[in-house]
Amino acid sequence: MTMSVAMTVNGKAVSGNVEARTLLVQFLREHLGMTGTHVGCDTSQCGACVVHVDGVSVKACTMLAVQAEGSKVTTIEGLAASPEKLHPMQEAFRENHGLQCGFCTPGMVMSAIDLVKRHNYAVTEEIVRHGLEGNLCRCTGYHNIVKSILAGAQAMKAAGV
Amino acid sequence: MGNVKIGERVQRKEDRRFLTGSGRYVDDLQLARVTYAYFLRSPHAHAKIRKIDTSKAAASVGVVQIFTGKDVAEAKVGGLICGWVVKDKHGNPHKAPAHPAMAADTVRHVGDTVAMVIAATADQARDAAEKIEVDYEVLPAQINLAGALDPKAPQVHADAPGNLCYDWELGDKAAVDAAFAKAAHVTKLDLVNNRLVPNAMEPRAAAAEYDRGTGNYTLYTTSQNPHVARLVLSAFVLGIPEHKLRVIAPDVGGGFGSKIFIYPEETMLTWAAGKIGRSIKWTAERSESFMTDAHGRDHVTHAELALDAKGKILAFKVDTIANLGAYLSTFATAVPTYLYATLLAGQYTTPVIYCNVRAAFTHTTPVDAYRGAGRPEATYVVESIVSKAAREMKIDSAELRRRNYIAKDAFPYQTPVALTYDSGNYAPILDQAMKLADYAGIDARKAAAKAKGKLRGIGVCSYIEACGIAPSAVVGSLGAGVGLWESAQLKFNPTGNLQILTGSHSHGQGHETTFAQIVSDKLGIPLDQIEVVHGDTDKVPFGMGTYGSRSLPVGGSAIMKAADKIIAKGKKVAAHLMEAAEADIVFENGTFKVTGTDKAVPLGQAVFAAYVPHNYPADLEPGMDENAFYDPSNFTYPSGTQICEVEVDPDTGVVDIVNFVAVDDFGNIVNPMVVEGQVHGGIVQGVGQALLENAAYDEKTGQLISGSYMDYTMPRADDVPSFKLGYEVTPCPHNPLGVKGCGEAGAIAAPAAVMNAVRDALAAVGAQDRIEMPATPQRVWAAINAH
Ligand code: FES
Ligand code: FES
Repeated sequence: MTMSVAMTVNGKAVSGNVEARTLLVQFLREHLGMTGTHVGCDTSQCGACVVHVDGVSVKACTMLAVQAEGSKVTTIEGLAASPEKLHPMQEAFRENHGLQCGFCTPGMVMSAIDLVKRHNYAVTEEIVRHGLEGNLCRCTGYHNIVKSILAGAQAMKAAGV
Repeated sequence: MGNVKIGERVQRKEDRRFLTGSGRYVDDLQLARVTYAYFLRSPHAHAKIRKIDTSKAAASVGVVQIFTGKDVAEAKVGGLICGWVVKDKHGNPHKAPAHPAMAADTVRHVGDTVAMVIAATADQARDAAEKIEVDYEVLPAQINLAGALDPKAPQVHADAPGNLCYDWELGDKAAVDAAFAKAAHVTKLDLVNNRLVPNAMEPRAAAAEYDRGTGNYTLYTTSQNPHVARLVLSAFVLGIPEHKLRVIAPDVGGGFGSKIFIYPEETMLTWAAGKIGRSIKWTAERSESFMTDAHGRDHVTHAELALDAKGKILAFKVDTIANLGAYLSTFATAVPTYLYATLLAGQYTTPVIYCNVRAAFTHTTPVDAYRGAGRPEATYVVESIVSKAAREMKIDSAELRRRNYIAKDAFPYQTPVALTYDSGNYAPILDQAMKLADYAGIDARKAAAKAKGKLRGIGVCSYIEACGIAPSAVVGSLGAGVGLWESAQLKFNPTGNLQILTGSHSHGQGHETTFAQIVSDKLGIPLDQIEVVHGDTDKVPFGMGTYGSRSLPVGGSAIMKAADKIIAKGKKVAAHLMEAAEADIVFENGTFKVTGTDKAVPLGQAVFAAYVPHNYPADLEPGMDENAFYDPSNFTYPSGTQICEVEVDPDTGVVDIVNFVAVDDFGNIVNPMVVEGQVHGGIVQGVGQALLENAAYDEKTGQLISGSYMDYTMPRADDVPSFKLGYEVTPCPHNPLGVKGCGEAGAIAAPAAVMNAVRDALAAVGAQDRIEMPATPQRVWAAINAH
């Protein structure tokens, strides 16, 4: 049995027919073909799937597509103003080598932005390390991710985003 | 991006696509008329399959086809192979039991493949698989490595009696025994090297297509070495001719060894795509990754070190049992032998070494190379026992190491375990590491910690590794089934931009940047005029892939060779254009010049002339497109010292890493930013092994207890500190870039550095010999409180 669902993704109205069990991440990846949001686990722990739903970070593998009915969803694809003009947090990851294979990266960036906003830009290494408990990275050893987020927080503040 | 030089912190070309969600990983591919596969897996560690009833499943919604092991056997699909023949003590090849892509009559580990369901959607395939009825006769299983070689242990394969794959040795036993007889001090040590799950964040995935018109197959797969996958699938397993099979490894989300191997799933997908004439896609769920990605490590070792009264090492003997799991994975046999025992000299002048390795089958997931592959296991043994000897002899552990280092003027240095180290300078590395770690101040910090009821400890680990794998003739003589050279093609276009085709594969290492960087430096071409192409057997001439820290030393060297050919040809063209003798042409900063004159032809002009050869040397072929193969003459030998400082809370057993220093000699460094990232990541995998990670099985049922991120403790950001890094540079003398490789060092050294620190802390309460990896709070607390 399928159900219809409609939401706004990265500022565009989208809709589709999904099974009740379809996860938000499946809706994004399989129905909308937006494959920037990744799936790295089946127990809601890796954070590769983090998106923003109505402004807060959500693991898109723990939410049903139909639960996002009417919501405003932002994914990694929706962050940069243009391919040349990255979001300050994306730019900070690039400048600080905060990514290697790139698989955890979309979730890391989405979590980082939410983390920085929740702390009103006032993040420390300790806050960042604790705040990343829900995001796994196997490549970077986190050193440069932490560095990226600290730099990204400053850049976000300066840019007023 | 303009011209860049070797040694600059060049930002990565690949980052923009990864940061904007535009990467293309296997699961992101959208194929026409695609179907989805789901693999039904054995819930038992050891069982006979009496019967499989697929009738209900076949009638399930969306099902296209179901295959079982019987179908595969009837179609005469070849078994998966192990590509390295290890000869035992008596010169006999290792036992090589069959490894069918799907089990036909017996399952040998939880997760063994039993049936493949193909359906219109992934959910439908999974739903149908639940309706397959398998009648198992459950048999006793051998799960633990301890006891696996017992004659009464349950047998994994009838053709490997006693579960023994091989009993192998290296070194001179008699000489070692004689040296032990004269020793002033003997240190003995028993160690477990815990089994790990690689856990690349991207789960394995594959998609296969079959083109009826041409009879060509295309396999998209999460591979570190697509050409090797094609070779194995063609020549040994499926019999599809190599030129009719294209293997593409697009963006791959980490590998760490686990994506080197040829697995049942991509094998079945390729075969079945031909059978059903439609595309098939499969992506592992994380629980499948835990159950079926080849695991790493899993050794039990007894070692003894003989020293004279001054702490000079006289001899070393090591007895290891290595777990290979239920089947031989692609390179499993080489890991606990040629990648392990050959490293037991470490950085030391140990004159004689003997190592015996017995490799055992168990009813567990296959074990193969995981970041470092054999070298972390060797380093853990060497560096644990050296620190233990220092403690027993009351010599400072850094000082004991220093007394035994191979001197900087002793290279090339022949070890007693087959390798010839090409270069190194170990003492300044130790000095730098001790300074960064404030080694001199440790006593004060220990006292301060003690005052607040904590235990401080410091641990040193001086590692050596053999990278840049590997000289083909050498590995061939040791049983490798392949050559381990690398290929490169430098293909200019008439407009002057350039593609580098490399047989190496990047799955996080940043080749698209660093390979472009070395060519930008060498040929004087702006970075944005260079594109690195990798991971497609139809584009790249050939390749052996990425593992063993080989991409830059071997793959990069092939690129340099091809660049030399470009320069040589360009000189001929330029000489013609400038009406000068070829011998008078020099190439500098992207321009050919006639020495002693101001005549010059930029490379771009020579390239254009080569494609539009209106005014061109009569005896020269048009085009500017050069191929090179590079076969190294030796391994490379990165070395370094890590120093870790921990604080242990005796009340909770929690180990806190308070300082971590790594000083490495990777030879010349192309991109320090990328190298640092490799070191950080490696260290955290090593810290994970030392403090957090363990693939734990239920010893009766063979269920992987730590089979998800709920139970398997992956290092998280708040488990680890930031790191202090330093470098010493002794260029590799035998490759054109002078580079040694940096991908594995962190993971090789960190377990011993961390555990030596933990043991040093626990020594204050006499618990230093009661702790094994992972040193979890529960284990540390138990060690402190054992009486
Ligand atoms: S895929 Fe959502 S947390 Fe892992
Ligand atoms: S960059 Fe590879 S998992 Fe984080």
